[in-house]
Amino acid sequence: MSERTGIPLPRPTELSRPHWDGCRDGALRFQRCRDCGAAVFIPQPVCTGCFGSALEWETSSGRGTVYSYTVVHRPQRPVFAVPYVVVIAELEEGWHMLSNLVDCDPDDVAVGMPIEVTFRKMSDEITLPYFRPAH
Amino acid sequence: MPRHPFHDVAIVGAYHTRQAKVLEGVRELDVVLDAVRGALASANLRPADVDGVNVRSSVWRLNPREAAAWFGGRPLWTGVSLGIEGVIEAALAIATGQCETVVMADAQAGEYTDRESTSPWTRPTNEFVASWGLYTAAEFALIARRHMHLYGTRPESLAEVAATIRNHGARHPDAVFHGRHVTPHDVLASRMVADPYHLLDCAINSEGGAGLVLTTAERAADLGVAPIYLLGGAIERQGMAYVTAPVWDRYGWSGRRAAQRAFAQCGLRPADVDVCEFYDPFSFELIRQLEAFGFCKEGEGGDFVMGGRIEIDGECPLVTNGGLLSFSHPGTAQLLQKVTSSVLQLRGAYPTQLTVPGATVAMTSNGGAGALFCDVMLLGKERA
Repeated sequence: MSERTGIPLPRPTELSRPHWDGCRDGALRFQRCRDCGAAVFIPQPVCTGCFGSALEWETSSGRGTVYSYTVVHRPQRPVFAVPYVVVIAELEEGWHMLSNLVDCDPDDVAVGMPIEVTFRKMSDEITLPYFRPAH
Repeated sequence: MPRHPFHDVAIVGAYHTRQAKVLEGVRELDVVLDAVRGALASANLRPADVDGVNVRSSVWRLNPREAAAWFGGRPLWTGVSLGIEGVIEAALAIATGQCETVVMADAQAGEYTDRESTSPWTRPTNEFVASWGLYTAAEFALIARRHMHLYGTRPESLAEVAATIRNHGARHPDAVFHGRHVTPHDVLASRMVADPYHLLDCAINSEGGAGLVLTTAERAADLGVAPIYLLGGAIERQGMAYVTAPVWDRYGWSGRRAAQRAFAQCGLRPADVDVCEFYDPFSFELIRQLEAFGFCKEGEGGDFVMGGRIEIDGECPLVTNGGLLSFSHPGTAQLLQKVTSSVLQLRGAYPTQLTVPGATVAMTSNGGAGALFCDVMLLGKERA
């Protein structure tokens, strides 16, 4: 992914480290509330469904659909090669995350299309979870 | 209906400094001073009359406590919030007797210099956003796209909004894009930024300032100016902007509860609003707000904006000075500018061709679904 060298990388926090450690190990992790069952992402100190503290990390299937998308033609900064596709991925477990759709012609993106996570190692610490069309 | 504390507060001064794509050779501090002086002058008040201050700037990062010193060391109330939230904060301070007369001002000059990149304040650094090349237009595009999917909203409706608002600005001599008329076709033909947003669907970048003066309704009656009264207002926040996915199902109706509360404070409803000075960072956001605030039904905003309805002489005049799409979009002053614009329209201070005949009630807003907040305010020529 040479076109992505130099993009800003996440700096994990105490709260988010399990998610980023999971990505490094090939697992897409989100939080699940043991009390009310809510799926929570981005990482929170408290369940956003019931305000309880019984959150635990769960590994997603990594499969889902495109909830919404935008094909970006004017880059945020030149380091992002255009066009690129930003998606909101809706995961099978009922949670959402932002990412980029890769390995897909931007003209072929559609709301509802099946996608799956694909990991790209960016550094020793950081592996980013991208999405690609699911076959 | 019991009297709401807001109804004891009036806006007596409103002023826009000169706006420009770049204010060459101008210090930001002089822009904010101009905003303070202009707002006070339009209220027939002097600096010595002020006992509350919320004066700030974007680049110099002037804060209200620093600015308090400009008023000679007298004890002053200071506010901390921006835009509509700051106006509500000042109104509550006046209504609860913490001070009597508040001057607010905000300005920006000299910040956006790297033309290869989007403006610095649009680029999120959060760990769950930064690596995906997101910026404000893309965040708001994700909201628009979902609405288009759910309701069949068409790019032509977005273009109608952008062209109408830009043409209001084109007719305003003080607008940064004065004279730059566009058609909906021009909008659709402009280069794509973040699908479905073309260049002309997006707010401009520019510099300038705005100032506002609030006081008690009682004092307002003695100043020899036409007071504009605060009828209602509410803020609505759903988390930090640009850290999480702008999921329509969760954030799509941002501002609905704020609007309902603001209307309830004065017993009005959308049909009573004569002019809509809504927040206009991107064209679709206006369609969304018209639906969220109850001006039309869910999913019908795309049809609602067609056929001249949102023009100056339409039934729902929208962003009558050209707003962020054409008038100006400076730093955080643009948030306050939405209130100053509403006041100036109701005062009849706009050019004739942009004055909504007989307008007595204005509604304004800050923020949008892509940013997970939407604050609203209702203003009127008559006291509630």
